[in-house]
Amino acid sequence: MSWDNELLERAHKIIELYPQKRSALGPLLYLAQEKDGFISDDSIVEISNLVDITEVQVKSVSSFYSMYKEEQTGTYLLSVCKSISCEINDSRSVINSVKEFTGLENYETDQDKLFTFEEVECIGACGGAPAVQVNYETVEGLTPEKTIEMCEWLKNDKPEIIVADQLQNKFGGTKSFDWAIEDNTGSAYTVPGFQNIGTAKEKDN
Amino acid sequence: MKETLLLTKHMRDFPENSHNIDVYEKNNGYSALKKVLKEDNPENVINEIKDSNIRGRGGAGFPTGVKWGFLAEDEDRYLVINGDESEPGTFKDRILLERDPHQLIEGVIITCFASNIKKAFIYIRGEYAKPARRVQEAVEQAYEKGYLGDNILGTNLSLDIVVHLGAGAYICGEETALLNSLEGKRGEPRLKPPYFPAVMGLYNKPTLVNNVETISSVPWIINNSGKEYAKLGVEGSTGTRIFSLSGHVRTPGNFEIEMGKSFGEFVDTFGNGIKDDKKVKAYIPGGASAPWFTGDQLDIKMTIDDVANAGSMLGSGAVVVMDEDTNLVYAAKSIVSFFAHESCGQCTPCREGTTWLEMILERIASGRGRLSDISLLVDVCDNISPGLSWPPKMTTICPLGPSAVSPITSLLDNFSDELMKMLPTKIPIAQ
Repeated sequence: MSWDNELLERAHKIIELYPQKRSALGPLLYLAQEKDGFISDDSIVEISNLVDITEVQVKSVSSFYSMYKEEQTGTYLLSVCKSISCEINDSRSVINSVKEFTGLENYETDQDKLFTFEEVECIGACGGAPAVQVNYETVEGLTPEKTIEMCEWLKNDKPEIIVADQLQNKFGGTKSFDWAIEDNTGSAYTVPGFQNIGTAKEKDN
Repeated sequence: MKETLLLTKHMRDFPENSHNIDVYEKNNGYSALKKVLKEDNPENVINEIKDSNIRGRGGAGFPTGVKWGFLAEDEDRYLVINGDESEPGTFKDRILLERDPHQLIEGVIITCFASNIKKAFIYIRGEYAKPARRVQEAVEQAYEKGYLGDNILGTNLSLDIVVHLGAGAYICGEETALLNSLEGKRGEPRLKPPYFPAVMGLYNKPTLVNNVETISSVPWIINNSGKEYAKLGVEGSTGTRIFSLSGHVRTPGNFEIEMGKSFGEFVDTFGNGIKDDKKVKAYIPGGASAPWFTGDQLDIKMTIDDVANAGSMLGSGAVVVMDEDTNLVYAAKSIVSFFAHESCGQCTPCREGTTWLEMILERIASGRGRLSDISLLVDVCDNISPGLSWPPKMTTICPLGPSAVSPITSLLDNFSDELMKMLPTKIPIAQ
């Protein structure tokens, strides 16, 4: 399906930020992923028209970056870090508990399209290892038990907006540093929540 | 051993609202900008930075003032802040972005004033959604207060800042890959020459690319002078530096200190020693790319030059401590897997080599290794970085490939017994 006017309007606003149209390609790919949960062929056509490059050029870029997904993601993207600080702080057990709960292997999505699971490289939460991101919202200092609790909560409560601070308060442990500032904004898609692409969502309390 | 707070002072003074512009202003924020606008002498700003002897905090340690001096004349010039912090072990830019975004923005405005730049980009890695939101919110506050936009604070200075989100590619921390990414291309490092984006950078225009921590230091240097900054730390490693401490320490975190103390003292003081009172088997002094030191080398001083002379690098300032029970083969495999995953694929030695190294280590780690795997590892490493020397020789456009060699040479040089222990002795050498 092609993009509706609301999405196109957001796309044009993004393009205006940059001296050259093509620089907007990355952010526009996030819009595509917000729309379908992955980068669809239709969106590739749409984006190639928006920034005046060929479809193959768009695909070449979208396939390069790991955060643009080629297959449809679930509602919640569970990204478990396995890089060095997490590895030596037993990220294996967190990975295993996610696998056990969801029944998924790396890069798989369940049939209900609820969870997508992936093992990822360093997410910059090394002081709070092992760490996980849910829709790119970080939670640090997890244990296998807390990880399962978090997955259960996601499955049962189905929160619309994922906020790092809420995850951390409910399920997290040791942090990389004192987060200090209260925060109530997060993401509602398998895309980072960020104002410039219109994906930052505030949670009602 | 104590912290010296320059960059992390404001966030300690006002922990709950250090990100707010009113609070930042009340705590002397934007005073450095007002000072340079009043003096109206860009040359002075560059001289202060040169006097400070500050070296880039991204990993390469290039003198910032010298870099600024290279910037070629052109009507369009850009400043790009490298906030693609992805080196395993590193989370110091994250705290600066999240908890003191105005300090960075003030540094950006002063840098642009000094170099006559009218457009700046802050490139933040995609996984740092929350830090990016904080910075964007701060940018909007700065526009409202007249620190950004046209005629900043009533002067002729104009500047726009765009916060740009990456999409999960470590290689975009390499400055020319970052520029390609910002141009909407694959994040592949550019062929050198031209060596410096300051000559040919974003859209082939002269571009300064600086790390978040480097530019966050600018307001302090302007307020207190480059000479005062240079008094801190030691020669060649002036000022303070935020080290990220992680691994098996009791209290991980970011700690801002003057360079020059030993790693052992740092780990004991700020990490409060090792969990369960274990001993240090090995530690990484500067992020996953850096060769490891052993637990017997904790007296090495934390300066760029001391670490280099001892055969590694201070890199991004990430210290990862591994205790006596760590399986170093698994640790090396984790790091090699990282580089195999993050290789951009342009150069054959890196694209193929890192993948081979990962597969061989995987085989050894799973107990199916062969004696010949040792020489195979060395052979593949040698194709990526001939001679396995330090600093590494390269057969690739950028240092990513050679970075995957570091954990393997670390294993072979100091912990070969661990590697040998994992090789089954009963299986004959494979033909």
